[in-house]
Amino acid sequence: MEASTPLPATPEAEVPLGTDELLLDGLQRAAFGYFARAVNPANGLVADTSREGSPVSIAVVGFALATYPSAVERGWMTRADAVARTLAALRFLHGSDQSGSPEATGYKGFYYHFLHQGTGTRVWRSELSMIDTALFIAGALTAGMYFRANTPDEVELRERVDALYLRIDWRWAQEGAMTIRQGWKPECGFLHYGWEGYSEAIVLYVLALASPTHPIAGDCYHAWTATYQWENLYGHDVLFAAPLFVHQFSHAWIDLRGLRDRFMREKRSDYFENSRRATYVQREYAQRNPRGWAGYDEDCWGLTACDGPSEALPNVPYEPRRLFGYTARGVPYGPDDGTLSCAAVLASLPFAPEIVLPALRNMVGRYPEMVPGLQLASGFNPSLAGPDGRAWVSPGHFGLDQGIVVMMIENYRTQLIWRLMRACPWVTTGLRRAGFRGGWL
Amino acid sequence: MQEDPQPLDWHHPAPTDRYDLVVVGAGPAGLSAATAATALGARVALVERNLPGGTCLNTGCVPSKAIIRTSRLYAEMRDAEGYGAQVPPAIRVDFAAVMERMRRVRARTTRPVSVHHLTAAGVDVFLGGARFTGADALTVNGTRLRFEKAMIATGSRPEIPSIPGLVEADYLTNENVFGLTELPRRLLVVGGGPLGCELAQAFCRLGAETTIVQRLPLFLPKEERDAAQILSAAFARDGIDVRLNTRVVKVRTENGHKRVDLISDDYQSTIAVDRILAGVGRLPNVDGMDLEAAGVAYDPVTGIRVDDFLQTSNARIYAAGDACLEHKFTHTAQAAARIVVQNALFRGRQRLSALVVPWCTFTDPEIAHVGLYVRQAHEQGLSVKTFTIPMHDVPRAITDGEEVGFVKIHVKERTDQILGATIVARHAGEMINEITLAMVAGIGLRTLSRVIHAYPTQAEAIRKAADACSRARSRPTIGSLLRHFRPW
Repeated sequence: MEASTPLPATPEAEVPLGTDELLLDGLQRAAFGYFARAVNPANGLVADTSREGSPVSIAVVGFALATYPSAVERGWMTRADAVARTLAALRFLHGSDQSGSPEATGYKGFYYHFLHQGTGTRVWRSELSMIDTALFIAGALTAGMYFRANTPDEVELRERVDALYLRIDWRWAQEGAMTIRQGWKPECGFLHYGWEGYSEAIVLYVLALASPTHPIAGDCYHAWTATYQWENLYGHDVLFAAPLFVHQFSHAWIDLRGLRDRFMREKRSDYFENSRRATYVQREYAQRNPRGWAGYDEDCWGLTACDGPSEALPNVPYEPRRLFGYTARGVPYGPDDGTLSCAAVLASLPFAPEIVLPALRNMVGRYPEMVPGLQLASGFNPSLAGPDGRAWVSPGHFGLDQGIVVMMIENYRTQLIWRLMRACPWVTTGLRRAGFRGGWL
Repeated sequence: MQEDPQPLDWHHPAPTDRYDLVVVGAGPAGLSAATAATALGARVALVERNLPGGTCLNTGCVPSKAIIRTSRLYAEMRDAEGYGAQVPPAIRVDFAAVMERMRRVRARTTRPVSVHHLTAAGVDVFLGGARFTGADALTVNGTRLRFEKAMIATGSRPEIPSIPGLVEADYLTNENVFGLTELPRRLLVVGGGPLGCELAQAFCRLGAETTIVQRLPLFLPKEERDAAQILSAAFARDGIDVRLNTRVVKVRTENGHKRVDLISDDYQSTIAVDRILAGVGRLPNVDGMDLEAAGVAYDPVTGIRVDDFLQTSNARIYAAGDACLEHKFTHTAQAAARIVVQNALFRGRQRLSALVVPWCTFTDPEIAHVGLYVRQAHEQGLSVKTFTIPMHDVPRAITDGEEVGFVKIHVKERTDQILGATIVARHAGEMINEITLAMVAGIGLRTLSRVIHAYPTQAEAIRKAADACSRARSRPTIGSLLRHFRPW
């Protein structure tokens, strides 16, 4: 299989707009197709995007590993293929260079954000990324919970998952501070950024708390949640975070329904309910549409981290410096250059299907150009319509978008990933150490 | 252009045998204390070694606001189409006229604090440096002043970052930037604190190619994350080259050109500039007064040590303003001075910690804050709920094209007790005063819902937040009533 094969240039497949089940099945299967095409079977590493020469994102590898069980269950790939691909990634990463040198694959059990798909070595002088490593290991743990057979391959698979998890030195990643650093580089050490305010880091903290080898202290989680802001915005009481992905990325793995940490007990809410409200806030923002962008309405919304047009785009009548390329867009203060992500809308399906499904139908019906090959583009911008009236569409596809779509549709349909991770002892231990109680826990 | 700030022909008055209050420093704190104490009948001497008015009037708030106003006008001219107007042809910035207006404004505002005005008010003014000679006396140019009580309010000065080559590059600070006669073509601002942010935006809008370098990942590190991010976006829209998470490592002057080496994590770069504005931090003025002779303890970085009553380690001597306070604001200095007058002359027991202190960074949009931040409230074990109104939900902000920003009011969870607020808006500095009043008077947020706000005004955002608070409180009550009466 060719690594990182670009998508076909004829992207006009028909979106199956029949029943919800048909629509979701079509989109989920197409999204999984990304991983089938973008993997390097020799080492299991998956390209960040479908664009020519794209490197690997370690987080996308995690998403890929989490989608294989769904694909097996739905008959889109054989169990043997899924095990082979998973094992390829685990074996490669287990044996990879962990010296932390500028050309290594990782350090202290963490991985550089972007890797060369052939050699697995660091590219783009990228940082050793704590959150992207956590997303990878969450995917690996999902696979470890699914492939439970006593075959030599599946036994090895589980052993390698445990080995990769146990070698991560989460405590080192605190650099002596109360919260986990965001990144580290061999050239300059830890980056100055910490985790401030609500973010996608619940899964990071849960896994770091549960580690039997290098755990962080329970106080660290509380130090992070002390930076939260509980706001009444557009009439909704919500733990605020501007981009939609923040409300989805930990939730894709962990079933947070009814689970409450100290903060949520105090607020009489939970993180699942919070994501539902955050989804409504996104819709409220689009209805207001303060910047007057084309397309925004109650059934067309979704600001998140995604690809959008950049200033380099020729013949664009935008003012300079108001197109943001790939960035974390958010509500209600922006950045907002008129770019939306339908994948982000779909990823809120488990939280608020009553508004997500109408929006999904409306968006794919109104802007079919942003569903090339039935795979949702990272971003589209109706305010930058071409002469034919079609919205600007981000070229190619991004693995993070396809991964979250596969996982959240699966959780909505069967709760498979949630069920697998509910049985994962590291997840339950981490949740308890973070102070979560109630619900299935 | 300043009105007789320090007349050349000035002769010291004959000192009284013993003053009730000797004030060292004629900045906002010193002037406030001297005039208030004199008005109350005290015998007061005021000592100033430079210009009455202090940093605020001469080299700080006032001149900067004058320049900011003109720069905002230019920004609006360029953005005229956004208001349904036409962009004037060939907008040309007359920098000399900008600075001339600034000097006129400064002269007007310093007039009430001139030496002659102070003398007419009954204050004995002594010009020169003060040196303490004992626990109850000091000298000014050889003149000995004895006192029952004294207040030190000597202000602060720019803290110059230790950067190789900076001194040789003839850097600017707030003390000389308002003396510029020419707009720098390329300006580097080192530091993303309030003054750095304000001047970076103003000079950019006046036409300087401006780069701002901030060592931390966000501007205004004490402010809320959303506020700092909105400011970053506003700077980018203005065309400022924003370099966050970046530090200046070296300045090189080659053939008259200044080249500045920057480093951001592992990424190194060099930019060419014409002038560098540095010294955006402040250090207290505590040197040269022989404080040891008076038994006044101090630290060169944090300033004169005072207790909550603003009393120093010498019970006769108090301090106020930048020389001793963490919050180096004009209004805080004046409020502290009022406390000193009460505590020093009338045996008052007023506390600094009881003050509710607002502040504002006068960028566009402005960023104003009062009370606790959410993080501080959490550290105190308080549970917080924030009522947020984006300015794009406020009709007057929409009509005025000033929709960027928000009002966030923090209340103690399940009450309407206001703990603090942050406002990001074109006129945030004006709007924050209503919240400050409510906090000082102990007025709950729900009560503000009953205050009729003139329509349409941007301050309606505060009422909308109060309305949301009222709805949140009444919802359970209405719900329980409905449950009681419904038939099913």
